[in-house]
Amino acid sequence: MTLSMLYGEPRVITVGTRMLGEALDRQAVPRREVDWRPPLPGTSAALARVLADPRRAEANATAAGRMLSARPMLTGVRPAAEVLGLRAGEFFHAGPPITWERASGPMRGALIGAMLFEGMAATPEEARDRLASGAGITLDPCHHHRTVGPMAGVVSPSMWMLEVTDAEHGGTAYCSLNEGLGKVLRYGAYGPEVIERLRWMSGVLGPVLAAALRRCGPLDLRALIAQALQMGDELHNRNRAATSLLVREIAPAVVEADPGRAAEVLRFINGNDHFFLNAGMAAAKVSADAARGVPGSSLVVAMARNGTDFGIQVSGLGDRWFTGPAGVPDGLYLGGYGPDDANPDIGDSTITETAGLGGFAMAAAPAIVRFVGGEVSDAVAATTSMYEITVAEHPAYQIPGLGFRGTPAGIDVALVARTGLLPVVNTGIAGRVAGTGQVGAGLVRPPAEAFTAALDALAAEEFPLTVA
Amino acid sequence: MNDLVEVRPGVYHDSVTLMRVSRALTQRPEVAVAVVAMATELNIGLARDLGFAVPPATPGDLLVAVRAASPAELEDAAAELERQLAARTPVSDARGEAAPPRTTRSAARGFEANLVLVSVPGEHAFAEALDAVEAGLSVMIFSDNVPVEQEILLKDRARAKGVLVMGPDCGTAVVGGAGLGFANVLRPGPVGVVAASGTGAQQVTSLLDLAGVGVSHVLGVGGRDLSAEVGGRSAMQALRALDEDPATELIVLISKPPAPEVARAVRDLDLATPVVHALLGPGEDDLTTAAEKVLRALGREVPEWPSWPAPAHRAAGTRRALRGLYSGGTLCAEAALLAGEGEFTDFGDDSYTRGRAHPMIDPALRLEALRGVASGVVLMDVVLGHGADPDPSSWLAPAVRDATARGVDVVVAVVGTDGDPQGLRAQAARLNEAGAAVFTSNAAAARHARLLAGG
Repeated sequence: MTLSMLYGEPRVITVGTRMLGEALDRQAVPRREVDWRPPLPGTSAALARVLADPRRAEANATAAGRMLSARPMLTGVRPAAEVLGLRAGEFFHAGPPITWERASGPMRGALIGAMLFEGMAATPEEARDRLASGAGITLDPCHHHRTVGPMAGVVSPSMWMLEVTDAEHGGTAYCSLNEGLGKVLRYGAYGPEVIERLRWMSGVLGPVLAAALRRCGPLDLRALIAQALQMGDELHNRNRAATSLLVREIAPAVVEADPGRAAEVLRFINGNDHFFLNAGMAAAKVSADAARGVPGSSLVVAMARNGTDFGIQVSGLGDRWFTGPAGVPDGLYLGGYGPDDANPDIGDSTITETAGLGGFAMAAAPAIVRFVGGEVSDAVAATTSMYEITVAEHPAYQIPGLGFRGTPAGIDVALVARTGLLPVVNTGIAGRVAGTGQVGAGLVRPPAEAFTAALDALAAEEFPLTVA
Repeated sequence: MNDLVEVRPGVYHDSVTLMRVSRALTQRPEVAVAVVAMATELNIGLARDLGFAVPPATPGDLLVAVRAASPAELEDAAAELERQLAARTPVSDARGEAAPPRTTRSAARGFEANLVLVSVPGEHAFAEALDAVEAGLSVMIFSDNVPVEQEILLKDRARAKGVLVMGPDCGTAVVGGAGLGFANVLRPGPVGVVAASGTGAQQVTSLLDLAGVGVSHVLGVGGRDLSAEVGGRSAMQALRALDEDPATELIVLISKPPAPEVARAVRDLDLATPVVHALLGPGEDDLTTAAEKVLRALGREVPEWPSWPAPAHRAAGTRRALRGLYSGGTLCAEAALLAGEGEFTDFGDDSYTRGRAHPMIDPALRLEALRGVASGVVLMDVVLGHGADPDPSSWLAPAVRDATARGVDVVVAVVGTDGDPQGLRAQAARLNEAGAAVFTSNAAAARHARLLAGG
């Protein structure tokens, strides 16, 4: 066999004892040194087994390939009852499964609001009692129904959903319509103005958007997201460019579809920089779902929080959740709020990071670098560190400031354990007390145990050590 | 209450900057509460909820609402507000320092390499070595304590990828002129070496170098490679690779005696290049004899191996104790075999290196042992080259002097070349001046020590 290293000038990667690398420096041998650190404590046995899985490399390439080749298209806006089969008393929520007993303030607040919105209770007290009794109430994660929801992520039958279809692989995903900032249901507020806004969204916004999309849709979200990244969005905590692009795309059709209500619809969308977030989340969800179910793959296909637990799902491990306690984001606060008012991390919006956006695309969004330490270099560092734990770079989602390098995409559980680098997540911060609403925004890291638990499960899989 | 409420028409700051300013103000002890935000309905509502009297404003205006305990403190807070609003994001190089890679996999992405040198603790070596193999790179695993199942798996994957796994526990290699791990500076030449023994390879190649014969490549394969379990996976790959290499005219295979079936498999390889086998053990050639065989096979003269006798040493009339204090495992085994008796310790063994550096770098344990010898003969090795102690005679010569003064005869085998950074002849001369008999052949050193011990 021809061994190529015998013929070229030696160029060496060194990992480990510094002295051995320095001996090469003294011989003027070009080399690159790995800044190696021990893996997350207690993971070395599981790591060795997972890395030895002969299916892994190809399985991860397949899973990541599917995620990155997805072509999410915004195809429609439809009621949840119709597209998701939700019936009265059934609610979807963000994150891994949760009970009323374990639910945090904003999750409870959003469920109370949804009860009021659906007319299942006349007062918050009545809603709370019914939810606590559990009679006629079903709670289930959005993620179990091809759906994602920001913050509390509560979906009830009368809400209208963005429908996103993957033109490449044929999958479909759903996300609710964004209500705006401040006192809104997804942050756990359930006051009269919240319910009134939800009614307007179901009565006006949803139907008008649906009619408009029938005229101008489907809308290529992959292309829109790619453009927004080049306009300073990272698509999680900054959606200003994407929202503007969306309005540009749909405005004429909105006017045509319903001239009488077009102004109030467009004004509502325009007034909310985060309107696009939910469409971006559905796009990320449909892309990540395309990567599910590849045996032997250690790729993360969902990260989601319910305000109590942070959970992940892994391509090769079916629909199992691996969880750890949700952390409190380190952030900046609105008005007189402070860290004591903050609820632990909540929402399915981490689907953006799962697909290579949000915190992973921080370097694209210098306008909001103060979330990650204050300097542009911190944003660049946040993104570049994520290349260490991902298996691919997105071919369409590129970062101008990094020479149009693709965003880091496809988190590998094994790489997280090896490097100890946890995904960078940008997030909004909900008030701890039900009914408060948003109190800030910031940065959060998932709990390491979610990743080590998934690694252990991968290590417990049966597989032959050699490929047949 | 001392409130400052202002609406600044048309003044825009992004919301994150404003949250930061609000936080900076709120953190000041004299400030009870501060809202600095664009005057959206939401923010005006927040300020009013806090009891501020907010005049009419539009979302395009900046709203400032600050409350302090006294008018003076409010004035301080207002000054701080201006400072905060004037502060800009510090400008730095947006690209920043390119962060160093955290895994071999990541390093291979941005650097055109052809070889990876792994020396992380053994339990973690597999991941880095597998990264190398998956990236299509040959890898030298210097780390020891790597489980044999992992070694086999790595070597099988490497063969499928057309790359070589050198190790684990591979102490030395020379590839394309680069010395890796503990490596002597060897002149380029026609001899290719495949070695399952690090110091064995260093002895043979150093002697060849002293005889004016250089190497093409020295490929370590790890001490276990020719065992029944590993089955010579890397040795056979390395032999075939050197067979294909036009620069290699003769191959030397250095190993402890292999498992019989592996020895057969290696012999049965159909190679065009002649192979000299240096298999260490009872009844086999010693390393020096193997080097001499290589020279004869190349039609070269066998020189007298440099040595520096100690005039004070005399063959003992009576039997004296012989103590072997070694840093190289193969050298230690060879010396013990040739000396016939005596107490030999390999300080490079796993049991001595756990949690401390190899004795080729850290002399403390060997020095302590030398000081503990009250009489008789001490036989030691000093291995030179890249990676080894930069000046071993600086600590060993004084200890030899002390030992000699106690009546202990010290014999040293120096494994090195004239090209080594420590300087073979300078090191030997200093040890010799201190009273030691110095040999470049470990076998010759062992025989001399045996003589001194009256064996």
